[in-house]
Amino acid sequence: MAEHHIRCTVNGQARRGIVESRTTLADFLREGLGLTGTHLACEHGVCGACTVTVDGRAIRSCLMLAVQAEGATVTTVEGLAGADGTLSPVQQAFMDAHGLQCGFCTPGFVMSVTAFLEANPDPTDAEIREGISGNLCRCTGYQGIVEAVRLAATRRRAAEVGA
Amino acid sequence: MSAPAAGRYVGQAIQRKEDPRLLTGHGRYVDDIVVPRMLHAAFVRSDLPSARITAIDVSAALGLEGVSAVFTGADLNPGAGTMQPSMMAENPAAVVAPLTPLAADDVRFVGDPVAIVIAESRALAEDAAELVVVDYEPRDAVASMEAALADGAPLVHPELGGNVASDLALPEDPELEAIFASAAHVVTERLVQHRHTPTPMETRGVVASFDPVTDQLEVWLSTQGPHEARRTFARVSGLPEGHVHVRMGDVGGGFGQKFFTPREEQTVVLAAKRLGAPVKWIEDRRENLLAANHARSDVATVSLALDADGHVLAAKLDHLEEAGAWPVGGTGGVGPFVAMLFPGPYRIPRIWWRSRVVWTNTAGRGAYRGPWMFESVAREQMLDVAARATGIDPLELRRRNVVGDDEQPYTMATGMTFSATTSATTLEHAARVIGYDDFRAEQARARAEGRLLGLGIGLYIEPTSTPAATLGVEAATVRVESGGGVTVFLGTAAHGQSIETTMAQVVAEHLGVAYEDVRVVQGDTDRTPFGGGTGGSRTAVIAGNASREAALKVREMVVGVAAHLLEAAPEDLEVHDGVVSVRGTPVRNVSLAAVAAAVHNAGTGLPPDVPRLLEATGRYQTSSPTWSNACHICTVEVDRITGQVEILRYVVSEDCGRMLNPMVVEGQVHGGVVQGIGGVLYEHFVYDEAGNPLTTTFLDYLLPTAAESPRIEIDHVVTDGPNPEGVKGMGEGGAIGSVPAVVNAVADALAQVGATVTEQPITPVRVVEALEAVGA
Repeated sequence: MAEHHIRCTVNGQARRGIVESRTTLADFLREGLGLTGTHLACEHGVCGACTVTVDGRAIRSCLMLAVQAEGATVTTVEGLAGADGTLSPVQQAFMDAHGLQCGFCTPGFVMSVTAFLEANPDPTDAEIREGISGNLCRCTGYQGIVEAVRLAATRRRAAEVGA
Repeated sequence: MSAPAAGRYVGQAIQRKEDPRLLTGHGRYVDDIVVPRMLHAAFVRSDLPSARITAIDVSAALGLEGVSAVFTGADLNPGAGTMQPSMMAENPAAVVAPLTPLAADDVRFVGDPVAIVIAESRALAEDAAELVVVDYEPRDAVASMEAALADGAPLVHPELGGNVASDLALPEDPELEAIFASAAHVVTERLVQHRHTPTPMETRGVVASFDPVTDQLEVWLSTQGPHEARRTFARVSGLPEGHVHVRMGDVGGGFGQKFFTPREEQTVVLAAKRLGAPVKWIEDRRENLLAANHARSDVATVSLALDADGHVLAAKLDHLEEAGAWPVGGTGGVGPFVAMLFPGPYRIPRIWWRSRVVWTNTAGRGAYRGPWMFESVAREQMLDVAARATGIDPLELRRRNVVGDDEQPYTMATGMTFSATTSATTLEHAARVIGYDDFRAEQARARAEGRLLGLGIGLYIEPTSTPAATLGVEAATVRVESGGGVTVFLGTAAHGQSIETTMAQVVAEHLGVAYEDVRVVQGDTDRTPFGGGTGGSRTAVIAGNASREAALKVREMVVGVAAHLLEAAPEDLEVHDGVVSVRGTPVRNVSLAAVAAAVHNAGTGLPPDVPRLLEATGRYQTSSPTWSNACHICTVEVDRITGQVEILRYVVSEDCGRMLNPMVVEGQVHGGVVQGIGGVLYEHFVYDEAGNPLTTTFLDYLLPTAAESPRIEIDHVVTDGPNPEGVKGMGEGGAIGSVPAVVNAVADALAQVGATVTEQPITPVRVVEALEAVGA
C-alpha cells in the first residue's frame, strides 16, 4: 500500500502525517491527528456527521482522501471555540436553542451551519431547512437545530450592525 | 387538577451540562477510546439468508501481514455462556433462539456473523475479512411472516421445531361473540406496520481488554445499560461479575438498539479474552442497517363492535409480530403487551386477543422507542375506521369513548390499571390548538377545489417505570465532596436524554445547592450503583425520585453537622445555594464547604453523636406503572398526482407530570415525533422474497431530514404524577402518538374520494395505487 507524506493547516496549526492512498481525510483527522470531534456515522457521504471545512468550503471528510488535503486549510469542530472555551456564535446558539441531544451529529451540523451562514447570512426558515438537509439528526426532530440557525443568523447580523 | 409550581431548579429550562463538550468536539464516544496495543475487529458476515456452512478457509486472511487472528464459531462458541439478556437468561421457561457468538453450522439471515478478523487496523481487518472463504450450501429461506407460517415452510431454527416463537391467546369468549353478533356496527381491518430500524447516528461499538494475569475484563461500550452489559459479559465469558468493568462515555443515540447487549459486542469480548489483547470493533453503517436489531413489522386483524351511538362495546385483536432470526432481548417482540395495552385510554369493556411471534430469516427484532406501540397504531386506526363506518366525526367518537380524567383509577378489560392521566383534557387541548372545526371547513373548501386535505388523531397512554425485573428499581448516591462540591452517582446511561442536567436539577433543588456545583456521574459499573439502563421512559420517575431521596438524606446530614457548628436546632436551619443558615437570622450561617471541611478533618470538635458522613443512597422502586399521556393531531395534504404527503401542521398536547426541564421535554417530543413520521412515510427496511436485504445504505433507507420535518407545536398539560417528585416520565411517547396521527391524517384525506390505506409505509406509490384503485 503506497504511503504519502502530507502537510496541511488544521485549525490554524501546521500539521503533517503519513497516510495510505486510501486513507480518508476523516480517518487522518481522527486517527492521525487525534481530532476525534469529527464523527463518522455513515461513511458514504449521506449523513454529514463528518463535515469539516476545507479552504472555507464545507465538505464531507469521509468522501475526501487525506492526500487531497495536501496544502489545504482545514477547520474541524475543535477549531471553532476560543482557546478559553468560549463557544463560537453557532455553537452558542445550538446550546441556547437545545439544538443537540446525543451530540453525535452535532459537530457536522455546527460546521455545515457555520459555512451556510457565511454564504447566506439572512436565510428564511425554508432556506434553513434546505440548507441543513444534507445533515442527518436522529434525536432533535431538527426543531431545535432550525431555531439555533435562526438565532445564530440573527445574532450574527446584529453583531455586524453593531460593529 | 393541580399544576405544580416550578422550583428554583426543577421545572426550569436550564441549559445542559452536556453541551459545551459535545459542541466543541470534546465528547468521548467509544470510537474515541484508544488503548495501548489495541487491535481492530471486522466481521465476516453471511450473504445468504439461509445456508449450511460446508467449509471456512481462513488461511489467506491469516497470511496477510498485520492480521493477528481469525476466529470462527469453532474457536469461540465452545464454552461460551448464554448470550441472552438477564430477564431471559434467568428464566428457564423462556423459549429463545439458540444464539451462539458466531454462526458455525449454518447461517440464518443475511448478516449472520461467521468469523471475526482481528488486525492492527480496521482497514486491514476489512481487507482480511474479504479473504475469508466460506463455502455454503444454500437453503430456502422464509423472509416474511406469511412465508414462515405457510404449511411446510422451511424452519428458521430447526432445533425449535416450528417458526412460531410464541402463541398466546385468551380462551374463546361466547359472550363477546354475542356482543359482536348483536352490535349496531362491526368494523374489521387488517393493519400492517412495516419493518424499520432504530438507526442511532452513532453505530454500535466496543473496546474490550482482558488481562490474563488479573483475570480482569475492561470494556468500553456504546450502550444504554452498562450494568446489564456487565452481567451479560460475565455470563458469556464465564468471569465472575466482579472481574468485569464496563464503562460508557458519550453515546450517540440508542432508541432501544443498545438497551440490551447485542451478539457482536459479546463476541468481541470473547475474542479479546482469547487473544489477551485489547480489541476495538466499531460497526459500520452497512452492518448497522443489515445486522443490528430491526424493529416493528407487525400485522393484525382487528375488529370493533360499536353501538348505534358509537360506543365501543368489544374488540378482537389477532396480532402477529416478526422476530427475525436472532431477536435481541428474548423473542424480540413484546408479545401480549401489545394486546394488554390495546384498550389504551378508552372504555373497551370486553376484549379477546391472540398474540403470535414468528421467526423469519431476517435480522432480529429488538426494542425501538415505544416497543409495544403497535397497540396505539392499531387502536387509533380502528377508531377512525369506525368513525367512517358510523358517520360519527373521529373527534366526537373519541370523546364518547375516552376515560375521563376523573374516572380513574381505571382498569382495562385486559387487567391493566391506569391512573392520574388526562387523555380527555389533552384531546380537547390538541383539537383547540389545531383549530379542529376551522380545519374541517378548510378541508371541505379544498375538496371542492379538488385538493385532498386530511386530519389524524393519535391519543395514547404510556406506561413508564414499569415494575418489571430490574427495570422497576433505580438507585442514586449523592456525595458532598471534601471541598463542598456535590457528586451524584447514577446507574443510568444517558445517550441524549440530558440526565446530567435534569438529575443535577433535582439534586440541587432538594439538597439546597447551586446547580453549577452538582456533577452527575453515570455509565461506569465500578463507580455507580446498579441501574436497569436508560430506556422505557423510566428515568424521570425512577432515577428522579431516587435522586430526590438521596439529596434529602444528605441535606439532613448537612443540617445535622451545621446545627452543631452554628449551635442551633436542626429544625431551625435552611439550606440554600450551598449555605446553611438559621431561619430568620441569615447572618448566622455556614457554607457547605465548611460543613464538608468539618466532616472530612479530624479535630474539628464534632461530637461523636454527629455522623461524620455526607453521602447517602436513595432507592426508588415502582410497585405499579406510572402513566403519561398525550394527544397528537396533524393535518396533511396529499398530492393526487404524485402521491406525496405534506404535513401542514403538527400539534402535541401532552402530560408528563411535573417537567424537570421543559426544554428537555420538548426536545424529546420533537425527536420522537419526527422518528414516528419517518417511520410512516420514509423508512422501510426491505427484504426481497428470497431474503436479500435491499436497503443497506442511507441512500436506500431514508431517514427524514429537516426539509421533510414539520414544525411541532406543543401544549403542556401539567398534573402531578403519583410519586414524590410529581413526574410521570416521557421520552418514547413522541414516537408512539405520531404514527397513528400521520396514518389517520392520510387515510382521512383519501377517504374523501373513497380510497383507503391500512398498510405502512405510506409511500407515494402506495398513495397513488390507493387512488387509482377507486378511480380517483
